[in-house]
Amino acid sequence: MIDFGFAPMEVSVHNMDTADLSLAHWINLHDETFNHCIACGSCAATCTAGQFTNFSFREVCHAIRRGEIKSAIDESEKCMLCGKCTLVCPRNVNTRNIIMLIRKANLTFRP
Amino acid sequence: MRYHPFTLPFSIGLGFIMLYIIVMWTIWIVRLSRREQKIVWKRLFSFRTISAIWESIREGLLHRNIFKRNVLLGYMHMSLAFGWFMLIVLGNLEARLYPHGVINPPYYPIFFEFFRHDLTPLHEYEEIFTFLMDFFLLMVISGVSLAFFKRFRSRTLGMKRTTRHILIDRIAITALWFIFPLRLFAESVTAGLYNTGHFFTNFIGQWVIYNLPLDYLYYPAWWAYSIALGVFFITMPFSRYMHIPAEILLIFLRKYGVKEKESHSTFTKIELSACSRCGICIDACQLSTSLNISDTQPAYFIRDLRYSQPNERLRETCMMCMRCLEACPVGIEITRIRENERREHPLFSASSYGYINGYKYPKAKVAYFAGCMGHLTPSVIKSTLALFDAANVDYTFIDKNGSICCGRPLQMNGQVEAAKQLIDKNNHLIGESGAEVLVTSCPICAREFATSYHLAIPVLHHSQFLLELTQQKRLNFNQSGLKVTYHDPCELSRGLHITSEPRELLQHAVILSNGSKETESKSLCCGGSLGITNISMAERNKIATDTLNEIVAESSSYLATACPMCRKTFANAQDKIKVLDIAEILEKNLNFAPEKVSEKNQSPIKQQAVIS
Ligand code: SF4
Ligand code: SF4
Ligand code: SF4
Ligand code: SF4
Ligand code: SF4
Repeated sequence: MIDFGFAPMEVSVHNMDTADLSLAHWINLHDETFNHCIACGSCAATCTAGQFTNFSFREVCHAIRRGEIKSAIDESEKCMLCGKCTLVCPRNVNTRNIIMLIRKANLTFRP
Repeated sequence: MRYHPFTLPFSIGLGFIMLYIIVMWTIWIVRLSRREQKIVWKRLFSFRTISAIWESIREGLLHRNIFKRNVLLGYMHMSLAFGWFMLIVLGNLEARLYPHGVINPPYYPIFFEFFRHDLTPLHEYEEIFTFLMDFFLLMVISGVSLAFFKRFRSRTLGMKRTTRHILIDRIAITALWFIFPLRLFAESVTAGLYNTGHFFTNFIGQWVIYNLPLDYLYYPAWWAYSIALGVFFITMPFSRYMHIPAEILLIFLRKYGVKEKESHSTFTKIELSACSRCGICIDACQLSTSLNISDTQPAYFIRDLRYSQPNERLRETCMMCMRCLEACPVGIEITRIRENERREHPLFSASSYGYINGYKYPKAKVAYFAGCMGHLTPSVIKSTLALFDAANVDYTFIDKNGSICCGRPLQMNGQVEAAKQLIDKNNHLIGESGAEVLVTSCPICAREFATSYHLAIPVLHHSQFLLELTQQKRLNFNQSGLKVTYHDPCELSRGLHITSEPRELLQHAVILSNGSKETESKSLCCGGSLGITNISMAERNKIATDTLNEIVAESSSYLATACPMCRKTFANAQDKIKVLDIAEILEKNLNFAPEKVSEKNQSPIKQQAVIS
């Protein structure tokens, strides 16, 4: 086939009925502020790591809510724990705690 | 008569504890690292030994540090330790002076009055010995009464909370509390029968002789006294009281220069045993005073680490603010130990931050580093740079386009491997920038740069740098006459011991007024701390408001901070008082008419003001 430099997009239908929400539930159990996020993106806008790479706490949370556990866990490692996001979050989401929880989940939840 | 079976419980206990201490001391010393043993050996015959002996007396017996906190509490500890010590020393002297020779079994001086009812052979010493023995016994009894009283009304002794003890500690305490009343009773009974006492025991002896069947009580009293001593000695190694022998060794080793390392070591074991679970750290901790979390402080953390493993909650629930460190009368390196314990639980791998590889800082002479938190408070950056401009400083804002975190937040949470990556990268980039001095407005970064980096250039907090500029007359301020309260950030005051520079600097433009004694090395944390993750924003705000209520003087118009994170945390938590960074306050009062000194004739910065 001729390489046009681009290809059809992968199908990304997401079936929430079959999504693995175990990590979401587990995090919620330990830090209920996880549920307070309104996906405003303030954390991503201020993120220290986000200046250098494609990383956003909002997206990590989003992935967890979609059951994409592996990618969320892998992404979470880019965080530098600097704490800026905690100070800007309008919903007082305990962002660093959630990052730490995701990192801990790395030891138990990794599929 | 030199023997009676009632001395057995005491003798067995004493033999056991002596053997235990010798064995433990030997094990500890043998297990120190080669390097540590070498420095101990090298410094053994030096002034350090004398100073260690003095410190052992001052802290082990007289408890000066506790006196400084609260006189009554100090007296309680002192009377128990010093009073008991004197009883032992005097008892021994008394037994030796008695004209039957100086070689006695170890229990003999302790139960001297049981064996010798006729003290006249002591001649002129009789009066003085009986008096002193009574005097120190009274002293110890008063200490025990205070200790007992403290269990019910600790506030009188300056403690809001006392440590909740485990079973073995309770047994040991009970035995300890019984020792002296029982000694008093046994000696009083003896004094009542044979007039062997002085003002105290004779007095009580007179009373008991009319009220109690003394002949029946004589032996049981001495038995009970001996048993209490025996139980105390046997429980000592397994309870908090192991702190007595451990603390002495600790004082000596510390004087020789042994300290905590990057991970737990034998020295840590000694430190853990040296914690008396006095609970002073509990009151010092704002998690306890503001949030009622009173079970994760060093008293408990160290206890659990000594016996086994503290659980995750215990390990993580601490702001690493170092207030307890400052308060601990034994001087245990608590925060270091907790950080090392956290290190044993890595969550980030060594390859977390590959994405920073291509990043660079620009060339610089005076490098200004705002840091993550600096970037959250653009007004601080703006004011700082405006002051630099006014002073004609040839600076470069090296992390203008983004800073790589200094690594301190990761490190405080035990993620050393990950932190190391950031440190290495920053170290390299700062070196590459060619900077001659590094200035940062964030104490968190300043501490990390100064202690974990190996930079060849001086690291200055902006308060130090601005003060030098002011002293060189490159900055000039108008005295506004406004009253301002200054808050010492933990990382700056306890972390880097920088407390006078910010004050001196502020005094050029405002009048300082403080509403509290909790300043400088005792300053209160803002609650924003990066060392803790498991408290909520509401809880952080509670700490921040409590701190402000405590420190802000009525008359103050502003709260001045020297930490962008404190500034943000305080400002987020309340709107009663306006919070400003030192640089912002100074910029407001900048007098723009200093004689212009050209940069060329000025050294960029004198080299001496380097953070340790
Ligand atoms: S700032 Fe807070 S609310 Fe907004 S996306 Fe981030 S975590 Fe969610
Ligand atoms: S703590 Fe992590 S997620 Fe939050 S701003 Fe810093 S690097 Fe970004
Ligand atoms: S750590 Fe220090 S202050 Fe805390 S209980 Fe132990 S000895 Fe006391
Ligand atoms: S470091 Fe601070 S938060 Fe942690 S136990 Fe000590 S006083 Fe409490
Ligand atoms: S932000 Fe300031 S006061 Fe708060 S923990 Fe850090 S250094 Fe201490």
